[in-house]
Amino acid sequence: MFTLLTIMQLAFLEMRRRRIVQAALACGAACLAVFAVAIYLLHHFHHPARTQSLLQIRIFLQLQTLAGLYAVNLLTVTVAVMLPVDAISGEIASGVMQTLASKPVRRAEIVLGKWLVHWLMIAAYTAIMVVGIVLEMRLITGFSQAHVLTAVGLMTLQGTVLLSVVLAGGARLTTVANGMIAFGFYSVAVVGGWIEQIGAMMGDSGARYIGTAISLLSPTDALWRRALYLLEPPMMSQVSMSPLSRVSVPSVAMIWWAVAFAVGALALSAIWFEKRAL
Amino acid sequence: MTDFAIQTQGLRKEFGAHLAVADLWLQVPRGEVFGFLGPNGAGKTTSIKMLLGLVAPTSGNATLLGAPLGDRGARARIGFLPEHFRFHDCLTARELLRLHGRLQGVRGGPLERRIDGLLARVDLSDVGDLSLRQFSKGMLQRAGLAQALIADPDLVFLDEPTSGLDPLGRRLVRELIEELRHRGTTVFLNSHLLGEVEATCDRVIFVKQGSVVHGMSLTEPERIVSAELRIGRLDDATLDGLQAFGRDIRVTGGAVTLRVDSEAVMPDIARWLVGQGIAIHAMGTRRKSLEEWFIEVMGEDQRPG
Repeated sequence: MFTLLTIMQLAFLEMRRRRIVQAALACGAACLAVFAVAIYLLHHFHHPARTQSLLQIRIFLQLQTLAGLYAVNLLTVTVAVMLPVDAISGEIASGVMQTLASKPVRRAEIVLGKWLVHWLMIAAYTAIMVVGIVLEMRLITGFSQAHVLTAVGLMTLQGTVLLSVVLAGGARLTTVANGMIAFGFYSVAVVGGWIEQIGAMMGDSGARYIGTAISLLSPTDALWRRALYLLEPPMMSQVSMSPLSRVSVPSVAMIWWAVAFAVGALALSAIWFEKRAL
Repeated sequence: MTDFAIQTQGLRKEFGAHLAVADLWLQVPRGEVFGFLGPNGAGKTTSIKMLLGLVAPTSGNATLLGAPLGDRGARARIGFLPEHFRFHDCLTARELLRLHGRLQGVRGGPLERRIDGLLARVDLSDVGDLSLRQFSKGMLQRAGLAQALIADPDLVFLDEPTSGLDPLGRRLVRELIEELRHRGTTVFLNSHLLGEVEATCDRVIFVKQGSVVHGMSLTEPERIVSAELRIGRLDDATLDGLQAFGRDIRVTGGAVTLRVDSEAVMPDIARWLVGQGIAIHAMGTRRKSLEEWFIEVMGEDQRPG
């Protein structure tokens, strides 16, 4: 336990001193600031027409919130990939890992220590950003978003899957190759999600099954789609009122599959790192 | 029965089709300062990595401090300075030592005292709180040395410890190795600077293509003595007569050299020459340098590394 805490302390110090945390927070703060300005301008200078109903105004505000959360989701994905991308492969390439791994430390402890610190960072970042968007909407427009905590959980789980995949890749690949594969892994999930949506809209069960199968191979985008389903009022998602609306909603089983996927990828990273010649 | 700090039995490592270490058999007694020599690509660093658990052997086995490879209890008593010492350069020297001390099970007051002592010993006390990225190559190497010694280890692997050091730094390394010898610490030294090895090691082995090809003690006085004579007569009878005192007799530039078992034979040679009525212009002994041994053992056909 003491060894694990020491590894975690090292990983955190490294992130802080290399200004990775500060860079992520600065990007997040810029995103929140731009969003706040945009919402303020829209709300104060674009008065809704008298003919617009309360429902229309509410839908308009809901769309603005979802747009903000969509940007946050992209940032979370970027942070979940970029933050740990060289945590293992970079230290192997530089030779730093030789000194560390020659100590009386299990290699699995090194992986787990790094995973825990990065996970805490991703979870905190996601929570801060989501809550930031929701609070800005509340303060500027008075709009209240439901299911925020569940959305934070699902988006964090998406980051967790990516984190575990990136650490597993780092145990076998170079940093650049690992980053490319991680973004490829996420992109495949997005495309799989589209195929599933299009299949559902057109009533093509084959396309829908292919999309689901892709989601099983890369369950990242499915978690965002599940979060969207919860964030939208039921009426909006039923009639696909927004461009982000989903016809086919990933099931609860997909969430558990994503948890298992993250745990499996973490175990794989420990096994691969154990076998890696340093 | 001898207590060995390191004992290997047929260690072998293949990376795909490339054979890095063929068949390594080693026995290093506890407390010995041991030199591990060989040309570039001889498998020295891979051998050290196998011993430290950084690379898994393809076959063979080994023990360190009596425990099998990978034993974490044994690793807590082992120090290691890698060939190219790198560490998180965002840390200060003091943080680096604290981290490594903790990972090796040293904590609290004893760790802080050990850090202060080691920083002073490697002459980094005044820069202990500076980030490692502000360090020169030599300072980094000294910080790495302190890191290797933080847990007061029983066995230390030093892979090219004088790399990047100026003459004062090299002297510091020699002194540290001497201190370790006095404390009974086993030192496993891999260095291309054969003068350093000769000055510090008790024994060396030469490895070539991943196998031990020669081993020798550097502490026995008679190990590599050659007699050099400048005498008044160099005929066949004289050279035949000298064969009674040594071997490998050669005549070069008017001087005779022959390998003798010890310097004690020199008065006998002098008496025999005088008895034969042969004038002696000069006579003396010379030890073959480790570099000469290296070239002789490895062969002249080695590609320069």
